[in-house]
Amino acid sequence: MFYRENGQFNTTYAEDMAVFPIRQDRIGLALILGVAAIGVPLFGNSFFISSVMIPFLVYSLATIGLNILTGYTGLISLGTGAFMGVGAFACFKLTTAFPNVNIIFWILASGFFSAAIGMLFGLPSLRVKGFYLAVTTLAAQFFLQWCFIRIPWLYNDSASGAIEVARRTLFGFPITGAQASAQTRYLVLLGIVVFMTWIASNIVHGRIGRSWMAVRDMDIAAELMGIRLLPTKLTAFAVSSFYAGVAGACMMFLWYGGGEANDVFNINQSFNILFMVILGGLGSLVGSFMGAAFISSLPTIFKFGLPAIGINIGGATAEHLTFMVVGALIVIFLIAEPHGLARLWQITKEKLRLWPFPH
Amino acid sequence: MNVVADIIALDNAQPTAPRRIGEVMLKLDNVSLSFGGVKAIRDVSFDVRRGEIRAIIGPNGAGKTSMLNVINGFYHPQQGVITFKGEQRSAMRPYVAASQGIARTFQNVALFKGMSTLDNIMTGRTMKMKRGLFWQALRHGPAMAEEIEHRAVAERIIDFLEIAHIRKTPVGRLPYGLQKRVELGRALATEPELLLLDEPMAGMNLEEKQDMSRFILTVNDTFGTTIALIEHDMGVVMDLSDRIVVLDYGQKIADGTPAEVKADQKVIDAYLGVAH
Ligand SMILES: Nc1ncnc2c1ncn2[C@@H]1O[C@H](COP(=O)(O)OP(=O)(O)O)[C@@H](O)[C@H]1O
Ligand SMILES: [Mg+2]
Repeated sequence: MFYRENGQFNTTYAEDMAVFPIRQDRIGLALILGVAAIGVPLFGNSFFISSVMIPFLVYSLATIGLNILTGYTGLISLGTGAFMGVGAFACFKLTTAFPNVNIIFWILASGFFSAAIGMLFGLPSLRVKGFYLAVTTLAAQFFLQWCFIRIPWLYNDSASGAIEVARRTLFGFPITGAQASAQTRYLVLLGIVVFMTWIASNIVHGRIGRSWMAVRDMDIAAELMGIRLLPTKLTAFAVSSFYAGVAGACMMFLWYGGGEANDVFNINQSFNILFMVILGGLGSLVGSFMGAAFISSLPTIFKFGLPAIGINIGGATAEHLTFMVVGALIVIFLIAEPHGLARLWQITKEKLRLWPFPH
Repeated sequence: MNVVADIIALDNAQPTAPRRIGEVMLKLDNVSLSFGGVKAIRDVSFDVRRGEIRAIIGPNGAGKTSMLNVINGFYHPQQGVITFKGEQRSAMRPYVAASQGIARTFQNVALFKGMSTLDNIMTGRTMKMKRGLFWQALRHGPAMAEEIEHRAVAERIIDFLEIAHIRKTPVGRLPYGLQKRVELGRALATEPELLLLDEPMAGMNLEEKQDMSRFILTVNDTFGTTIALIEHDMGVVMDLSDRIVVLDYGQKIADGTPAEVKADQKVIDAYLGVAH
């Protein structure tokens, strides 16, 4: 069957406004969801799930968050790592204080804490843009990272200074802690990511999303449409940090299973996610997944994939190789295709719609 | 060139109902604006009446764009009083001007480049849309109903401006003439009472100018929108406008009907470049 919308007519505005107006796209999405929800946990082994799928999903969430700010609203941030940390610590404190409330609830609720902190550090965005905003958010990164280490209350005064993830259950099954299987953690994470992607898609396709893009593309004209710059930018900071916070909580509770903030929520993480946004495509949700998939799976591919086909490189070399490949790609994409993998995908689809008769 | 005559000739099936020009809607008294040492506007007074098409003309650098920027709140004049719809105005942000019913287009198209024609026009509906983040996040129920309601308005504007074929095209890819048209659509989507147009026909060919003139006249005629426009094409200005104010070096040198302005010696001198 050809990929095109021939014979599919949208007869109402509601149909025409659907996020995936072409039937083939909807079928594709259903297939992907089916594979992700049934295929992967059924046929994927624990190693694949915990070192490929779980990192991919966590990073996708964080990348969507930063994309809302940078791709959709045009505001740069180098504080994503720290905002993720706020989510992780909030979730940790909340589940320690109220262990009987379901952990999934706390993971989602922790987003509100990072949203509040994100808005606070977003306040300068009314006055400063570009490089200066990058520096402001960098200051946020370092300040918050300092808090993560210097305020022992945040990690319950534990001697190691690390977050310890305790066992929490859903319907009796452990979903966090040492007993939680990779499969269960993956499924919980998948649920959160699918739900939050749906929400993000709704927001960017409505009034608020259009206001973000208007501010990004031409802020003076946006103001003349009655769009107030500060509330619009702050909303972007809030929603973006919400996603980062939930991603951070997921990272700690469903992936790492505990750890020290300095190792996880540092400036490298901020850059890592910025690279995923750029590679995937600024202002694209699909691109966020592509960028996250690409960059998060590279280390695993180099470390385990290459040896599997007979090319033996050490762990350290694999790591260096990752940096080099990502670095080179970022430069290439910034110069040649600023809209990233998502744009390449779109071009392919446009070609497909005409194929095999390109005229 | 007589654009309007052409349009009327093409379109004379439509009876031309007598237009009604009402009371003073916008009044500027002794407005002065300077940037450091540059005096962009010097002691200018004029008014715009409800329902009229008012042109602002003058050589480059005369202060026309600055005048629009003062009216919609981008610049705050150092001196002078602005009265809009009977209320004296203090320094305000452009979004306040927008909420009071002032919309505009820009001399250099200022569209949202990364968005489609439809989304640009939908953005013009922002002020009329009320549903908050919660409903937007669900995109169902009231938020969807609101979206559909405003989509219908956007589609009417798209039909009126004859841009249905580029509805889903990112505006960055459109030719200049169409971009100007989309920008007019976006301004119309805010349902303005006062529409400011900064050189809406600059860089257009004859056919595009005729289309644009027709749209401006129809907007003014059918919706009763008051229009203040800056334009260099004298043929267009003389045909479209009810009254013309002429600026030169930031000063008002003439104000009146097209016939009066055309006969004014100071205007003739300014345009022929007689030494000041
Ligand atoms: N933001 C600004 N900063 C400094 N000078 C300005 C600014 N805007 C306009 N001017 C100056 O004000 C004068 C009038 O400009 P403008 O209103 O754009 O003229 P026009 O639209 O009639 O061609 C010019 O001398 C211009 O250089
Ligand atoms: Mg100008």
